[in-house]
Amino acid sequence: MITLEQKKFEEIEKMTKGYSRLLVLGCETCSAMSFAGGQRQVEELASAIRMAQKTSGQEGEVLEDAIARQCEPEFVDLIRDKLAGCDAVLSLACGAGVQLLSERFPDKVILPGCNTTFLGVTEELGVWSERCAGCGNCILDKTAGLCPIARCSKQLLNGPCGGSMNGKCEISKDVDCVWQLIIDRLARLNRLEMLEEIFPVKDWSPAGHGGPRKMVREDLKS
Amino acid sequence: MKSGSNLERILEGGQFAVTAEAGPPKGSSPKVIQRKGELLKLCCDALNVTDNQTAIVRMSSLSGCVLLKELGVEPVLQMVVRDRNRLALQGDILGAAALGIRNVLCLSGDHQRFGNHPAAKGVYDIDSIQFIQMVKTMRDEHRFLNGEEISGDVPFFIGAAANPFADPFEFRVTRLAKKVNAGADFIQTQGIFDVPKFVEWMKMVRDRGLHEKTHILAGLIPIKSVGMARYMRNNVSGLSVPQEIVDRMADAKDAKEEGVKICLETIEQLKEVEGIHGIHIMAVAWEDIVPRIVEEAGLMPRPVV
Repeated sequence: MITLEQKKFEEIEKMTKGYSRLLVLGCETCSAMSFAGGQRQVEELASAIRMAQKTSGQEGEVLEDAIARQCEPEFVDLIRDKLAGCDAVLSLACGAGVQLLSERFPDKVILPGCNTTFLGVTEELGVWSERCAGCGNCILDKTAGLCPIARCSKQLLNGPCGGSMNGKCEISKDVDCVWQLIIDRLARLNRLEMLEEIFPVKDWSPAGHGGPRKMVREDLKS
Repeated sequence: MKSGSNLERILEGGQFAVTAEAGPPKGSSPKVIQRKGELLKLCCDALNVTDNQTAIVRMSSLSGCVLLKELGVEPVLQMVVRDRNRLALQGDILGAAALGIRNVLCLSGDHQRFGNHPAAKGVYDIDSIQFIQMVKTMRDEHRFLNGEEISGDVPFFIGAAANPFADPFEFRVTRLAKKVNAGADFIQTQGIFDVPKFVEWMKMVRDRGLHEKTHILAGLIPIKSVGMARYMRNNVSGLSVPQEIVDRMADAKDAKEEGVKICLETIEQLKEVEGIHGIHIMAVAWEDIVPRIVEEAGLMPRPVV
C-alpha cells in the first residue's frame, strides 16, 4: 500500500485559512488504510477545522466527503457537483490523488492534507514500514526477496557496508540492516553463494531519473 | 606498474608500508593541509586525504591532494559515492589523473545523517565495489562505465576499505573478496583495537588466498583519552573497542602516553600477522603523534624506492 500521514493541524489550519466553503475530501483506499484520510478522519478533521474557524472568528462552511479512490478519474468525477459550490478542496489522498483533482478541476484550489510517506506494509496496528522504492526494475529474485534499494540507507547492491552492527543500520538502532536480513535469509535457503558475484551498477532511469514516468498498455486502451 | 605511485612501488617491492590520514579543514586555507603534509612527509609513504569525512563538509579531497603533491608528499585521494554520481566520479578520476594523483581509495562514505547537513540528498548512484570496478576498467581498458573509450592513461593504484569488526562477521571476508575481484590493489582496514578478532579475520582472508591478491594495510587509531575510547566504543558503528583498552586508558596516569603504548603494542602484534603489508594511521585531530609512533615502531626511515 501507499502509506500516508496527516499533516500537522497547524499546517492544515494555515493553508485552509480564508476559504468560505472548504470540502474535506477523503480517499477510502490507501489513505483509509493508513488511518490518515478515510471517512472517519475526514469527520474528525472537518470538526477540528470548524472549531478553529469559530475560535478565530472566521465565517465559513466546511463540507465532508470521501470517495473510493482519488487516483481514478471515474471516482473523482463523482464529486463534480458537490465541488461546484466550494472554493477549495482539502484532499486527504496521496500526492497522486491531489494532482488528479488539480487536473480534473482546473478552477479550484486543491490543498494537500496528508504527506505521502512510502510504499510499505503494516507491521502491526499503528506501525508501517517501507518495503518498495518503486524503482521500476525489480531485483528481489536476487536479494532473497528483501529490497536493498528501499531498505538499505545507502542503496548498496553489494552490501552490507562497514556500519552494520548487531543487525542494525549505522544510521539508527531502530533500523534493521537489510543486508544482514538478506544474508540471514540466503543462509537459511542455502543460497549464500549468490552474494559472491558482484552486482552490476543499476539503471536508475526506470526509477524516475529518466524523467517523469508513464505506462501505456495498448491492449487496454479504448 | 599500474600507477607507478610510491605506495605501489613500496608494496610491490615487498616492503612494509606506512600511510596516515591528513584531513582537510572546514575552511579555505591551504595551510592546514600543508602543515600536516610537512609534519608527516618523512614518516609516511603516502597520505590519505579524506572526502567530507563523517559527512561533514570540508575542503575537497582532490584539492587537498594537489596541495600535498605541491609539497612533494604523495597523496591517496579518498572518494565517497555518497556525494557524487557516476558522471562526477569519473570526471574527478580523470581530473585527478591529469593532476598527477596516483592513488585512490574508493569508499561508500558515512551516511549523510551523521554529518552537518543531515537534510542532504544522498547520491549512492553506484556502490563502493562498483566504483572500484569502474576505476579498474578506466585504468586497464581505457573505457568509461558506458563502454566509451577514454583518451589518455588513467594510472591509479586502487584502494578500498575493509571493516573486519562490522557484522555479519563471516560475510566480511566475502565482501573483501568482492572488493579484490573488483580490482582493489590495496586495502586499508578500520582501526584495530580487538587484535584477536582481527587475527581471526586475517586467517579467513588467508584461507581464501586474498592476502596474495591485494596488499592489506592494518588501520590504527591512536587514542588520546579515556573519553575518546568510550566514545568510539559506544558511538562509532563498526568499531570494536574492548573493555580492556577502555580500562587501561581510565587507569593510566598519563592517558596520552598510554594511548601511544597501546598503539605501539598493536603495531608489534600486527607486524607478526601473515598477510599484513603495512599500517594506516588515522590520528584524527592528533596528527602530531604520528612521527613518534612510526619512529618508535621501528619503521623509520621510510624506504626510498
